[in-house]
Amino acid sequence: MPNRGFLLMLPAFAMLALVFLAPLAWFFTQTLVLDNDLSTLWSKIVAVVSSRATLQAIGATNWISLLVTVTVLLLGYPIAYYLANRRGLRFTLVVFCIVVPYFTSVIVRTYSWMVLLGRTGLINQLLLGTGIIDAPLPLIYNKTGIVIGMTYVLLPYMVLTLFAAMKSIDRNLLLAARGMGAGGAMIFWRVYLPLSLHGVISGALIVFILSIGFFITPALMGGPSDVMVAMLIERSVEITLDWPAAAVMSLLLLAVTLVLYAIYYRVTDVRRLMGAA
Amino acid sequence: MHRALPGYIGLMCLLLMAPIVIVVVLAFSGAGYLQFPPTSFSLRWFVRFLGDPQWQAALWYSLIIGAIACVIATVVGFFAAYALVRASFAAKKLLLSLLLLPIIVPTVITSIAMYFLAARFHLVGNLLWIGTCHAVIALPVVILILLATLQGVDVNLERAALSLGASRMRLFTHVVVPLASPGIISAALFAFLASFDELIISLFLTGVRTQTLPVRIWNSLHMEIEPTIAAVSAFLIGVTALVLLADHLLRGRRAATLNAQRKEPGR
Repeated sequence: MPNRGFLLMLPAFAMLALVFLAPLAWFFTQTLVLDNDLSTLWSKIVAVVSSRATLQAIGATNWISLLVTVTVLLLGYPIAYYLANRRGLRFTLVVFCIVVPYFTSVIVRTYSWMVLLGRTGLINQLLLGTGIIDAPLPLIYNKTGIVIGMTYVLLPYMVLTLFAAMKSIDRNLLLAARGMGAGGAMIFWRVYLPLSLHGVISGALIVFILSIGFFITPALMGGPSDVMVAMLIERSVEITLDWPAAAVMSLLLLAVTLVLYAIYYRVTDVRRLMGAA
Repeated sequence: MHRALPGYIGLMCLLLMAPIVIVVVLAFSGAGYLQFPPTSFSLRWFVRFLGDPQWQAALWYSLIIGAIACVIATVVGFFAAYALVRASFAAKKLLLSLLLLPIIVPTVITSIAMYFLAARFHLVGNLLWIGTCHAVIALPVVILILLATLQGVDVNLERAALSLGASRMRLFTHVVVPLASPGIISAALFAFLASFDELIISLFLTGVRTQTLPVRIWNSLHMEIEPTIAAVSAFLIGVTALVLLADHLLRGRRAATLNAQRKEPGR
């Protein structure tokens, strides 16, 4: 089916252009380009980007996203390894435990952690009841809460990405290493880990990309000083009604996201984005 | 390290499932506050959820918007996925990565832009507009599922149909769609779920009149954590579970219809 097949993609691109790209373009031109000559626009951008609130939000966003990415990677790698080497009932059970949270609404997942981590939440009830602690631990409305909540939401992305990479490792290479006398640890560090490295990189990239734009979980589980960029954007629209500031920050976040997505596009197969294999 | 692994996996599975299980159990609690394990069980929070006119309206709007998003995303996504699998043209990977942008770009930015446009054209609270916006977010999910499905459909069956004189239209309605139908139904279900669970776009676009279930949960969470939300959450978890179950059954049928080509071990 030569060239005409392209026509079948028109509805999708028309929808993408009209409902996704056009609103973005319209938003940025209306808030930034119109009524602004180049120098006022530039001073506006500088004012927003160098403001204390923005700098703090950028710092918090980077720090939290980095922490979440590393946590998710360390927690997810052994799970993916286990999945790549198991079949049958155990495989199905572990996949079940990954996939059910993965497809559960983010607001529901965040709510359930709020129930668990709150001052009078279940974990504090349990710890106080058994006498392990005397005062409730501050597990929520701070960075700890955000990292726990985001780790929970993003772990499945990492596991599924790593699993796809590990599945494609040729097991004969491991057998060859063993045959030549390498021990378990050596096989892991010198053969398995390097072979799964592209999974580590794509997994870390996708988790970081999704982290820097996170809104629901930090908004509900963070404290007053843990404002991430996406929250600051929402606040400029909802509370301070500063549309140009929202646009400048959106543009910044969008640019960073797109650069990282371009790298992701280079290093990985985009068809594995949702872990669909 | 190998000996510790199963224990670690068990612990992680527990941690992954615990929040969901606990919310479902709490939803059936008889107490007026959140207490685990509950001392008594009842359906009172579900009765309150389904009996409350505002929650009823939210459920209704969620269903309508989900249906609109599901239909648009599945139809549009099917053709795009078919073209990506079968037709030959340059830069396929780039085009696909563009179609996946809606789940990469932070939803807050997308939502504000969609709201900005909607406010200008008086579309805030318009169910069709919200459904269409959700369809854009659901489109990547549909395309990824259908890419995998359509790659499993034997191209020779299509060639045979064409050589026997089938029109393009007939090729789709009598060969491609029936062969891919389990995958199409799965894609439609996940498209519905993507919309049904979506919060941020709805938050900006629904206005006060057409609030969906996630928006109402969000608004209630800012006030207090009451057990009614546990019941609504349990309801949403139930819908997710149903979709996953249906997908699982469809996977079986997909494998059965398409097993001519390859057998997938373990699934």
